[in-house]
Amino acid sequence: MQPTNTNANEANYLEYQGKYKGLLGWILSTDHKRIGLLYLYSMMTMFTVGVLLGLAMRFELLAPGKTIMDAQTYNATFTVHGVIMIFMIVVPGLPAVFGNFLLPLMIGAKDVAFPKLNLLSWWLYVAGAFLVLSAVLFGSGTPDTGWTFYAPHSFKSGTNLLPAVFGAFVLGFSSILTGLNFLVTIHRMRCKGMKWIKLPLFVWTLYGTAWIQLLATPIVGITLVLIALERIFGVGIFDPALGGDPVLYQHLFWIYSHPAVYIMILPAMGAISEIIPTFAQKHIFGYKAVIASTMAIAFVGWLVWGHHMFTAGMSGTAQYYFSLLTFIVALPSAVKVFNWVATMYKGSINIQTPFYWAASFIFVFLVGGLSGLVVGSLATDVYLHDTYFVVAHFHYIVFGGTGFAFFAAIHYWFPKIFGRMYDASWANIGWLVFFIGFLALYSPMFYLGMMGMPRRYYDYLEEFHGGNILATLGSWILATGLVIIVANLFRSARHGKKAEANPWHSKTLEWSVPSPPTLENFDNEPVVDENDGPYNY
Amino acid sequence: MPENNDKHHIVPYKVYLYVLGGLIALTLLSIAITQIELGKFTVAGALLFAVVKTYLVLTYFMHLKYDKLYIKLMVVFVFAVFIVTIIITFLDYLYR
Amino acid sequence: MEHKIHTVQDHYDPEASKVGMWLFIFTELLLFGGLFIIYSIYRFMNPDAFHLAAGELNSTVGAINTILLLVSSMTIAMSTTALQKDRKGTAIILNEITVMIGIVFLINKYFEWGVKFDHGIWPGSSHLVETMSQGEILFFGLYFIMTGLHALHIIIGLILIVVTIRRIQNGTVHKDRAVLLENAGLYWHLVDVVWIFLFPLFYLIT
Repeated sequence: MQPTNTNANEANYLEYQGKYKGLLGWILSTDHKRIGLLYLYSMMTMFTVGVLLGLAMRFELLAPGKTIMDAQTYNATFTVHGVIMIFMIVVPGLPAVFGNFLLPLMIGAKDVAFPKLNLLSWWLYVAGAFLVLSAVLFGSGTPDTGWTFYAPHSFKSGTNLLPAVFGAFVLGFSSILTGLNFLVTIHRMRCKGMKWIKLPLFVWTLYGTAWIQLLATPIVGITLVLIALERIFGVGIFDPALGGDPVLYQHLFWIYSHPAVYIMILPAMGAISEIIPTFAQKHIFGYKAVIASTMAIAFVGWLVWGHHMFTAGMSGTAQYYFSLLTFIVALPSAVKVFNWVATMYKGSINIQTPFYWAASFIFVFLVGGLSGLVVGSLATDVYLHDTYFVVAHFHYIVFGGTGFAFFAAIHYWFPKIFGRMYDASWANIGWLVFFIGFLALYSPMFYLGMMGMPRRYYDYLEEFHGGNILATLGSWILATGLVIIVANLFRSARHGKKAEANPWHSKTLEWSVPSPPTLENFDNEPVVDENDGPYNY
Repeated sequence: MPENNDKHHIVPYKVYLYVLGGLIALTLLSIAITQIELGKFTVAGALLFAVVKTYLVLTYFMHLKYDKLYIKLMVVFVFAVFIVTIIITFLDYLYR
Repeated sequence: MEHKIHTVQDHYDPEASKVGMWLFIFTELLLFGGLFIIYSIYRFMNPDAFHLAAGELNSTVGAINTILLLVSSMTIAMSTTALQKDRKGTAIILNEITVMIGIVFLINKYFEWGVKFDHGIWPGSSHLVETMSQGEILFFGLYFIMTGLHALHIIIGLILIVVTIRRIQNGTVHKDRAVLLENAGLYWHLVDVVWIFLFPLFYLIT
């Protein structure tokens, strides 16, 4: 496709100086591209904290008994690790960074529907992060409930829960507003000729995700408010002594938190659906099937939340129902995996860093997904619930799934975002080291779980020692890989080779503008011809 | 995107007055019906009136009658999601 | 290097604003929806206690509040017609009536709650916890939380309407740029719809 911008004198969005200068020009910017980067930097900061907490946990688990921390500290560590990773990293995840940056570009728009609301979303993210951190640093002790804040411990615990639940509430509000913004943007701001059936798959996944963000988040919002009210007033809604049912808390919590995992994975799948066609230089196999499976995952994913509660005391009917639906929701994901692989078949493969990440994504996602079926099956879950098997499952599918896709996306869109190429050799080395570390860290956990090692304990039986040593070593290798990857990206952002508009020869609209784009993305509103398409290779 | 033109239709004041009349009538009826002992159908009866009232508010006061189809579909969809959620939750409590 | 201030959003898209408000309304429906789920489960588990506790509420006040809110929904809906007919004065008066009705609603609520507090009934009060059955404790807990959250939304709605009135007065909101009034109306109707369900579930199940 022809580059649409010809004004070589116009400043790109990184250099543009508007009403505010310097730092203010960034933190008060309503430019979706700058907001995407603001999210990237704040998320990277919180991710570092989360990783350090994870490494601390792994260090504690290097040997049985107390190694560097006692039980209470360990409980606090895994709580904050979870709260950060879930609410500040993988839920905002790809939508906050890549959705913000790319959505308007991909649909031929100048910005999102409500740019000021978009900035507010980021400010709410920052406020939420500060609130959670304040729970750690001040008050009666870091929350020790796990990121799930289960009743009754969450309202009885003497630790400083109010700022933490309030922070999670504020983070949820940020997520809701982003979802709202993206929905209106996709409905109302597509350029001429950009019909729904011509949208890139990443946009479709943002659409499905936005609905989940919009509808599911308020439910965890009200649930967190109820925990706060329980702590302040002792209302009794989840207190068995006053007639409340703690299992009802779990229902409400998971009614959000299960769809939340689809918030995490759908845009990740969308990014993979962009990367594979580009690096196979081939039309995605089954474009409509991928759209259908995206919507099916979003919808059916709403109906399965009870599979987190098989041992909580639900009725048998509910248990059977949730297990059945959990198996059904696996089907559309399998459709996607099939379509990705089929796209590669007879494609002209260009082996680059994003492709390494995408291919390894398919592997870890498969393992994570299949292990999900093991815990989704009622009989086996009774044995595996709250063991390390579950920890392995969700790290494979979330860190493996969303995480690998995030790294794939940052390398894929790096030239567009920063106008420079990353160093491919170091990027590939980083990928390899990270991947080896990842496998070493999480694979033993499947075995440990099956052998009966429980999660969220700072101590374990001697028979689990070997697996834990391997996992901790894996965590160090993984961390090394992370350092290589991030250092390379930082360096390349400043000193990398200047990038052209479309270094990967992709067909989606963001590649038709300069790298990096100008403030308003397009000189003139693009027009999508009837014969154009996002994958017309 | 073509600008929406459903706003060219101005709803007469009378329509809103009639809808209010209907709403008040339904309110009074719902109070009356709950005086009658219907056992477990009392709640259902009261809720049914609430649903009809909500339909009137959505359709006329909130202008859905005159809006584009996709907005109506969204509203139906969201209510459906909520109902499905309650039903599934009851699968637990009904059969314990 | 260009220094002109770019306004990216330089065209008025009322449909986008309207859809945005509807989407926000969906979040509010689900927010209250979570509480309605809790209500329905606990009601199912404690039918007699809920029945008993509901008798403590004054259904006349509840009915009056219901009708007040319905009237206020009509007045704000009528104000959109007025604005479209370019009757600025009428539109403002209708909105002011809406605000006044909303304030009366809140005053009624204040007295209702006051009566409860006088009888020693508030969330987590010792009278509640020590003398009442579990079902009654849950009923009153839900009563205060749900009507409290609803009252908070009334306040938000009133602020939104007052802002709209100001903007009609200074000419920012007018016949061809009416979306703020329409959206304020949508929000107010949402508040009305929530009460349409709260009323029977708390007041009429005696």
